[in-house]
Amino acid sequence: MSHLRVDQIGIRFDTTDVLREATLTVERAEVVALLGPSGSGKTTLLRVIAGILRPDSGSVWIGANDITSLPTHQRGVGMVFQDNQLFPHMSTIDNVAYGLRVAGVAKAERHERGAAWLDRVGLAGFEGRVVTELSGGEAKRVALARTLATEPSVVLLDEPLTGLDRELHDRLAIQLAQLLVEHSITAVLVTHDPAEADVVASRSVRMDQIDGSD
Amino acid sequence: MKNGVSAANRLPRRVVAALAVGPIAGLAVFYLWPFATLLARAINGSTVADTLSRGATWDVAWFTVWQAVASTVITMLVGLAPAYIVARFEFPGRQLLVGVLTAIFVLPTVVMGAAFLALLPDSLDRTVWAVIAAHVAFNLAVVVRTVGAFWEHLPIDMESAAATLGASRWRVFVDISLPLLRPSLSAAGAIIFLFTFTSFGVIRILGSAGTRTLEIEVWRRATQLGDIGGAAVLSVLQLAVLAVVVGWSTRAQRRHARAVDLRPEQDRRRAKSPGERRFVTLVAIGTAALCIAPLAAMAIRSFRSSSGWSTTAWTTLGKAEVRPGIRLGLDPVEALVNSIQNAAWATSFAVVLGAVASLAIAAAGRGGRLLDVGLMLPIGTSAVTIGFGMLITFDTPPVDWRAEWWLVPVGHALVALPFVVRTTVGVLRSVDPSLQDAAATLGASPTRAWWNVVVPFLWRPLAVGAALAAAISLGEFGATSFLSRSGGETLPIAIDELLGRTGSLLQAQGYALATILTVATVSLVIGVSRFHDVTGLAHRRANGQTVDR
Repeated sequence: MSHLRVDQIGIRFDTTDVLREATLTVERAEVVALLGPSGSGKTTLLRVIAGILRPDSGSVWIGANDITSLPTHQRGVGMVFQDNQLFPHMSTIDNVAYGLRVAGVAKAERHERGAAWLDRVGLAGFEGRVVTELSGGEAKRVALARTLATEPSVVLLDEPLTGLDRELHDRLAIQLAQLLVEHSITAVLVTHDPAEADVVASRSVRMDQIDGSD
Repeated sequence: MKNGVSAANRLPRRVVAALAVGPIAGLAVFYLWPFATLLARAINGSTVADTLSRGATWDVAWFTVWQAVASTVITMLVGLAPAYIVARFEFPGRQLLVGVLTAIFVLPTVVMGAAFLALLPDSLDRTVWAVIAAHVAFNLAVVVRTVGAFWEHLPIDMESAAATLGASRWRVFVDISLPLLRPSLSAAGAIIFLFTFTSFGVIRILGSAGTRTLEIEVWRRATQLGDIGGAAVLSVLQLAVLAVVVGWSTRAQRRHARAVDLRPEQDRRRAKSPGERRFVTLVAIGTAALCIAPLAAMAIRSFRSSSGWSTTAWTTLGKAEVRPGIRLGLDPVEALVNSIQNAAWATSFAVVLGAVASLAIAAAGRGGRLLDVGLMLPIGTSAVTIGFGMLITFDTPPVDWRAEWWLVPVGHALVALPFVVRTTVGVLRSVDPSLQDAAATLGASPTRAWWNVVVPFLWRPLAVGAALAAAISLGEFGATSFLSRSGGETLPIAIDELLGRTGSLLQAQGYALATILTVATVSLVIGVSRFHDVTGLAHRRANGQTVDR
């Protein structure tokens, strides 16, 4: 059985079909890249999987569980947002450890685990930094560490490397690919860059292959 | 040049000075002088010691503070839910709900007092709970507009990000939204505290001997007990507290302001899940009911008499003698006429002074800022303080103006002037300065260019300012309580007197007058909102955004 299954999802905004019968399956520890031009519904599909948007039709499954009507916070689906969405009123470590705090992990332990994740993304020693003063690349890595620290069963990556200069982009793409493989993470990557998809993902699909809307 | 007209084409200084002289003189005579008189009366060792050593003074001060804190906290708690749905959801009647809240906020204080007097059961009348309930409904708009406006620009994805990390809705609210909303919460809290701390009209109608605020006590000591010195000390004490609160709020807002990337556009959506739909519907209907029920009760009570339903209160409004032998001592219809006359004069004063002041401020650059700040001062001073200052200043020849017909409208104009200036200056400042340079290249003198290019922008915001001034004058109660004389009662004064008497007919007449005042004020506010795009335009221009028209 596939680990993540998106089954015939349809969603309309006003009178426009953004997704029509969109269907996608992702195996455990597989990283699938969703490719497509702007407005093709890539981000919308991620938001449906995360539970941020409710589809008008279709269903989302993780393993044998239908999660379509579960609220976001009960899905165990992590998401790295295009613009990071770091919490500006929290320090870097508090951002990374926020999911652990919500899960009730004791302070000492969550700081230790958070610091370990910062180390893994190459930001050891950044614990006390103010997130609004991080560079673009650092902020991306903090956002990634924050999502991975909760060990979600599926990770959604919404153009996580957009807006970085070429060199940093390429370096982070390799780092991201390594992290996903090392930790056997099931992930869906949204990108419009086929080269990035080749580096990070194990399989690429185009939106027009999985979605019936125009 | 980016800011301002080039030096060569600027309006000549003498013209700017001529424009500024009227507003400066008005401010000096009718605000600064009375204010100085008040301070002089208050700064007197024995009066200060005498007033501050009285236990009653501290009882009043304590009551003033705690009712203001309680009113503020409850308003904030009640207001968060409507602020949230207005910020985050698109639903039928959303604009209407915001409109109703705003209309309630601009209603005269005596009307709000009368409305809650009509709504609440007798057991709650004249209690602090009635006062707090009225304060809450009155100030909900502050929370919804201040916090809601901030909330709708907070990135919704930040809340979603917390949800993807496992945070429930409540956790998201407590951990993410609430801390980020803090600047707007402190702003709204400070405004509500200031309004309720200086509450006068609501408490005059709904309060009792045990529910006296500093404002009420100033009025009572000055007009009922003749203790001018004591009243002056309390006025200054109140001003000191207000200054501290304003200072604290400014600092708190600065301290909590975070570098959040506020979204330029709003992110509202329709409620999708049944739970969301239920929540939005309940909050919208509950909020609307809280606002409309008291006003409806007030209108209904104007048709109630001791023997049941009756239109007597309305049909006998114009008769000074209600029944043979029973005289009112005041004529409700005359009060209505007085109010209209006062409003007409106050509006004229405020509009003329406001217009020339705004033109001077916009043309004068740096020097204009001083005048701008000076004209804002009456907002920071309570209307009671303004009226009291005028009363004790203009009471001896050659300036014994207490009996002059124009003193009440001048007091009203002083209260309304800051609003006229704020509405107008923004629009004038947004006029592209290079237009004046362009006119000069076509042969216009600096004065001619200013007259042809800048002055035409004045009329529409001035119309908005005029409507605001009229609404303020119609409902003004604090300053009028000091300045109006027997026979010259205005609507709010008449409402207060009628509701303070026994007898169902007199009460019903009080409610009838309050209903008339409500309709008049709401009509003026609706008139203002038709010109809303004027202020919106100025706002966008001030932010350097382009405007598509």
